[in-house]
Amino acid sequence: MKKQKLTDEDYPTTGHVWDGIREYDKPMPRWWLITLYLTIIWGIGYTIAYPAWPLISGATPGLLGYSTRGEVAEEISAVNALNADIEAKLLATPMEDVAADPDLARFASAGGSAVFRTYCAQCHGSGAQGFKGYPNLQDDDWLWGGDLTALETTIRHGIRFETDDDTRYSEMPKFGEILEHEEIEHLTDYVLSLGSKDHDTISAEHGAALFAENCTDCHGENGEGDREQGAPKLADALWLFSSDREEVTKTITFSRFGVMPAWQGRISEAQIKQVTFYVHQLGGGE
Amino acid sequence: MNIIKLAALGMIALFAAFAANFGNDLAYTVHGIIITLVAGFLFLRTVTQIGEPALPAPTGYQDDVIRAGVIATAFWGVVGFLAGTYIAFQLAFPALNLGLEYTSFGRLRPLHTSAVIFAFGGNALIATSFYIVQRTSAARLWGGNLGWFVFWGYNLFIVLAATGYVLGATQSKEYAEPEWYIDIWLTVVWVAYLLVFLGTIIKRKEPHIYVANWFFLAFIVTVAMLHLINNLSLPVSIFGSKSVQLFSGVQDALTQWWYGHNAVGFFLTAGFLGMMYYFVPKQAERPVYSYKLSIIHFWSLIFLYIWAGPHHLHYTALPDWAQTLGMVFSIILWMPSWGGMINGLMTLSGAWDKLRTDPLLRMMVISLAFYGMSTFEGPMMSIKVVNSLSHYTDWTIGHVHSGALGWNGMITFSALYFLVPRLWNRERLYSLTLVNWHFWLATIGIVFYAASMWVTGIMEGLMWREVDAQGFLVNSFADTVSAKFPMYVVRGLGGVLYLTGALIMVWNLWQTARGAGENKHAAVAVPAE
Repeated sequence: MKKQKLTDEDYPTTGHVWDGIREYDKPMPRWWLITLYLTIIWGIGYTIAYPAWPLISGATPGLLGYSTRGEVAEEISAVNALNADIEAKLLATPMEDVAADPDLARFASAGGSAVFRTYCAQCHGSGAQGFKGYPNLQDDDWLWGGDLTALETTIRHGIRFETDDDTRYSEMPKFGEILEHEEIEHLTDYVLSLGSKDHDTISAEHGAALFAENCTDCHGENGEGDREQGAPKLADALWLFSSDREEVTKTITFSRFGVMPAWQGRISEAQIKQVTFYVHQLGGGE
Repeated sequence: MNIIKLAALGMIALFAAFAANFGNDLAYTVHGIIITLVAGFLFLRTVTQIGEPALPAPTGYQDDVIRAGVIATAFWGVVGFLAGTYIAFQLAFPALNLGLEYTSFGRLRPLHTSAVIFAFGGNALIATSFYIVQRTSAARLWGGNLGWFVFWGYNLFIVLAATGYVLGATQSKEYAEPEWYIDIWLTVVWVAYLLVFLGTIIKRKEPHIYVANWFFLAFIVTVAMLHLINNLSLPVSIFGSKSVQLFSGVQDALTQWWYGHNAVGFFLTAGFLGMMYYFVPKQAERPVYSYKLSIIHFWSLIFLYIWAGPHHLHYTALPDWAQTLGMVFSIILWMPSWGGMINGLMTLSGAWDKLRTDPLLRMMVISLAFYGMSTFEGPMMSIKVVNSLSHYTDWTIGHVHSGALGWNGMITFSALYFLVPRLWNRERLYSLTLVNWHFWLATIGIVFYAASMWVTGIMEGLMWREVDAQGFLVNSFADTVSAKFPMYVVRGLGGVLYLTGALIMVWNLWQTARGAGENKHAAVAVPAE
């Protein structure tokens, strides 16, 4: 560091002066220059080792054969290899017995939660709380049944998902094409009365007769619903769409047709079991 | 000449009124009204000036526009810091968004970033570049009143941008949020800025161009290029604010971060190095440390910065080769960035004793120290393995703020303290004690801010990647949000300290400008022409 020993006056300035500012003609600090060269040399080496320089089509692949996608694939296959045993165990265990084995239960619920957040949360919500037209999965009000077998069937084959031959299917008629407008109004009042909502009692009495005639085949004598047909229970405070008068009228007039995709073939067998287990333990499992 | 001006202003006012009437959205309508009022005001002003005898062409340095720029810088600084502190507390206490869309985080956040970068930083750059280019070229600003057009035009751009954000008009491109017509207006203003700056350099009386002006020119030219390319878009309607980007997908993302990173590189680094290269040797009264270093670090900085943008897109759809180049160029950029710090700090060698007595110089030194720190941190964070931890976390926010509050803020404050006594012909600042208070409040505020963001950033990065023995994620996103709460409060307090320092500065500058406490008998000192 002999530089330090020289006084500034030993160095000439460049001779330029701007508004009183002058510049020393000192050399660049040696450590600075060496570090700059080192980073450049390292950079050349790095671009040889890793994919870097664009060519006409594609780019230089780098000597190490590295790719970010490859890195992810490696990590995933490492985790899969790690879980291979427990996954095989899950596949071999009947659904009813999974909960009894704490290790297996943890694997199923953690994996099911990941599947749910990836594929199910878009419609059913990140907390499985559901939205208008998309059932809440935390409660015990099930359209097609809430035991493990029923849930697995729903997940495998979907609801009204026409490309799956085993899909659950039912269709409510459009009563707008069958009944008079006034009759639909009466029915609306009756349905609202079943759910203990504000309604016109006289109109609802007319509606009761119409209900017995048109609706009980699916929704039951007292509006208790029918899981065989996925007909919602009407005699409770839970509403799949809305308890607004207009919305109920709309449902009766035009009917509704909710669809859920079939997941068999799109996610693995183990994932189907995992997400079945996960949904079952959310709160309403039977 | 006046007839053409009147016709143009009249047409603009008419069209803007027409547009306001037919506007498809609130932001567009409000902007139509603002433009109508501005153009109408200028029209009337021009009419009343017709027939007045022409004033003789002024001589000497044109300082009135710089005075206006200094006031605007201080004003927008306080606005930007206030908005930042407010939204910092919104993150800790979400109820502070008042349940209104106008005061929601999503709308106020671009208001904060644009207010500090473009309003505070931009006005500081325009004012100081006008000051410095005149002094170091020994020439009056080129273009007569064009300098005023740049000042008012730029501030109109800021008002339009800010009102647009609050009313919901945005391109959703970070640091390039203003919509198409505001972008067109900024282009006009920026070309005028380039003309004024370049015109002054061309008619300079000094044989050489001073290094500060290299940096300013690089800043002006590159920002023009970045602005034009990143804002290529097609308006949905001439009567609405909404526009559609020309690029899509990863091309759009890369263009955006090529822009975004070079907004940092050329706006916040090159431009402010221009300021540093004038004010540090002036205040230290020492020659610049090394001319050679100036040349090498200038050209290497300019060449390398433009490549570094892809490091914002590590582990995304961006092809691996582009990610590699972004990282490599960012790391090679380390020493070129530090060249500026070395040249600044070493200029003080032989004058270190002044740090004890001169709070302005102390501010400049801390500014360079933060510059050096964040230009080391940046290349480090661009390394892919580091980035896989730091990306999307508050660490990035902390990094940006140690640069913005430490480097840009502190060098601007010291420039304002340098300029105000000279521009208002005062012998000295009103109070150096208050400068000292400002220095400590701001420094402690930055430490609060940066330290809390390091802690919370690394913490949430580790929480996000934490997996159990079976490879499943341990934490949900909401877990990380609640874990960050205490650090968010500390960060907000850092903001309060920084804002308080800025308010003290405004008071001090105001007292200086109005001549409070001035020693009458020595009021002759005027900077050399």
